[in-house]
Amino acid sequence: MAGIALTQLDKRYGDGTHAVEGLDLEISDGEFLVLVGPSGCGKTTALRMIAGLEEISSGKVEIGGTVVNDLPARDRDVAMVFQSYALYPHLNVYDNISFGLTLRKLDKGEIDRRVREVARVLDLHEHLERKPKNLSGGQRQRVAMGRAIVREPQAFLMDEPLSNLDAKLRMQMRAEIARIQRDLNVTTVYVTHDQTEAMTLGDRVAVMKRGVLQQVGPPQELYDRPVNLFVAGFIGSPGMNLVSATLRSTEYGQYSVEVGDQRLVLPDGLLARRPALAAYDGREIVLGIRPEDMEDAALDGAVEGAVLGSSADLVEAMGSDVMVHFPVEARPVVTDDTVELARDAGEPVGSRGVGSTVLVGRFSPRTRIFEGQQIEVRVDTARLQFFDHQTGTAIWNR
Amino acid sequence: MTLVADPVPERATRDTGTGGPPPRGIVSRVAGWLGSRLLRGALVVIALFWLMPVLGLLVASLRSETSNRADGWWTIFTAPAQLTLDNYRDIVSNDTILDSLWNTVLISVPATVLVVVISAAAAYALAWIDFRGRDWVMVTVVSMLVMPIQVALIPIARLYGALDMFGSIAGVVLFHVALGLPFGVFLLRNFFVGIPRDLIEAARMDGAREWLIFRRVVVPVGLPAIASLTIFQFLWVWNDLLVALVFADPESQPITVALQSQLRQFGSNIDLLATGSFLSMLVPLAVFFAFQRYFVQGVLAGSTK
Repeated sequence: MAGIALTQLDKRYGDGTHAVEGLDLEISDGEFLVLVGPSGCGKTTALRMIAGLEEISSGKVEIGGTVVNDLPARDRDVAMVFQSYALYPHLNVYDNISFGLTLRKLDKGEIDRRVREVARVLDLHEHLERKPKNLSGGQRQRVAMGRAIVREPQAFLMDEPLSNLDAKLRMQMRAEIARIQRDLNVTTVYVTHDQTEAMTLGDRVAVMKRGVLQQVGPPQELYDRPVNLFVAGFIGSPGMNLVSATLRSTEYGQYSVEVGDQRLVLPDGLLARRPALAAYDGREIVLGIRPEDMEDAALDGAVEGAVLGSSADLVEAMGSDVMVHFPVEARPVVTDDTVELARDAGEPVGSRGVGSTVLVGRFSPRTRIFEGQQIEVRVDTARLQFFDHQTGTAIWNR
Repeated sequence: MTLVADPVPERATRDTGTGGPPPRGIVSRVAGWLGSRLLRGALVVIALFWLMPVLGLLVASLRSETSNRADGWWTIFTAPAQLTLDNYRDIVSNDTILDSLWNTVLISVPATVLVVVISAAAAYALAWIDFRGRDWVMVTVVSMLVMPIQVALIPIARLYGALDMFGSIAGVVLFHVALGLPFGVFLLRNFFVGIPRDLIEAARMDGAREWLIFRRVVVPVGLPAIASLTIFQFLWVWNDLLVALVFADPESQPITVALQSQLRQFGSNIDLLATGSFLSMLVPLAVFFAFQRYFVQGVLAGSTK
């Protein structure tokens, strides 16, 4: 087992595409790091450079303190789980798992012991004689895992290993991967485009956009303190609502934000936590509200200065929550980051036109809101997020 | 495959229309039944017609020289008593035929093995190893496919003359290998390219060098293509007359040349020709049946996704 360090890692292709740009990451021994981002953000390329399957244009990859740039994949002692599983179709489960060990010329008895142990852990011991084509998707996925585990490598590299499974199986395997990684305590780099997987699995999560690392930190930190609009919009499901607003100070030293013709008063402590916000007085900013930080005012009680009025556009009952979509009369935020996010989600940008933005609130199932109804939405103003309109960076302290 | 196969019986039962309301009249039903019967009958006739020469050859090989000279092979339907194994008894004591049959084996087996082994290795390199000029090598290989074999006969004959190889079995084998390689490389490379990249990379991550990836992953997965190439190449060399006629001297002549030399301008010793031809057909048939079990559908099934 060993840590992995990436220093100024760069990947340029012949056609000029800059897939990974100056990536600096330190993954400590036994850590579970998730690389997450929309498709084409360079996360898989970065992983393949660690694996040795992709040439490094410039920069440095270290595994266990040794620079491995010029070491071929087979000598790096890391195991990879592929998105497609890539099982050897002509070999049965036993031979698939033992393939790497036989290449290393391990003792027959030792191979057998290890394969059976891994098969037991992964609940594959009844299928050892089967060929991959006779396995279900989940079993194939477990064979792919077993092939990595059995080698007892310095690190696991996983490239979207769950994306071919259906939703239920994916949750099950997600828990299993988390358990196995915890038990084995092997350094793991896990690539996914699914932010739920990233949040639930990672000790730390690294968010990438177009080859550039945006933020890396524990999942809760990414959720609570996103450094820019992209991370804010990417982490969380549904994503953070982003809307143009204007910051105003009142005569009593209080601050408020104007969202269209409505106004949210900022609580006292907020300015203390975000001192840089004062400089934006009278300027346009981007206001971020998490769907979780909104509630039906009919349930929570309307508080002056913490309520948005609107009419319910769409009500989605999820059982545990109710998602309510409602428009506010404020300009939608269209920046590089939000365009990228919309592209990833397959949505058109600014769907309601220029003058209005649709917000999504996650309400308690006890709400009685129906579509078309006039509603009042209580906003947890202490948890509002603020971003610079030009740069898209979060406003904290300067 | 099942997806494609399933709807057919379903449609067939619907067409006969036994259960449903009467959408089709009795006339069209009879016409449909007759149609499928007619089609089947026609297919049987065509198949029999196709087999006629082989059947004639088989029967001729089982008749004596005198009966063959007296009347046609079809008379056995009225007089089956004329069938005899004498020709086969004669031929197994005919040293020329037996020697040339053995020569055919000595030519076909190495010419096939060499082509398959070299093609597979070259195809792997052309498909999965990055090296400078790889595409140009492939273009050259493809362009060699269009070269007719006859064009090479004279230059190679002169070369063999200079190298003192003319007439030997090795010379015939080498010519077949040289001419068989472009097709072999082309066929296998196109199949190998279709192997999922992940599979190769998984083996690489598992610690395999190129040779092991080739031997333990690419060759087993590529078996259907390799089996096809083996059969193609073997049949081609086994049945070849032209190359052997040019390059083989009497001691190294294969069965095709030996039989051809038995042809006479007037009349023919059909008893020997038919029997020899039939003997020489048995081996390719055996090769075909030996390798056909590798033509399994979906070798890659379950590998990815």
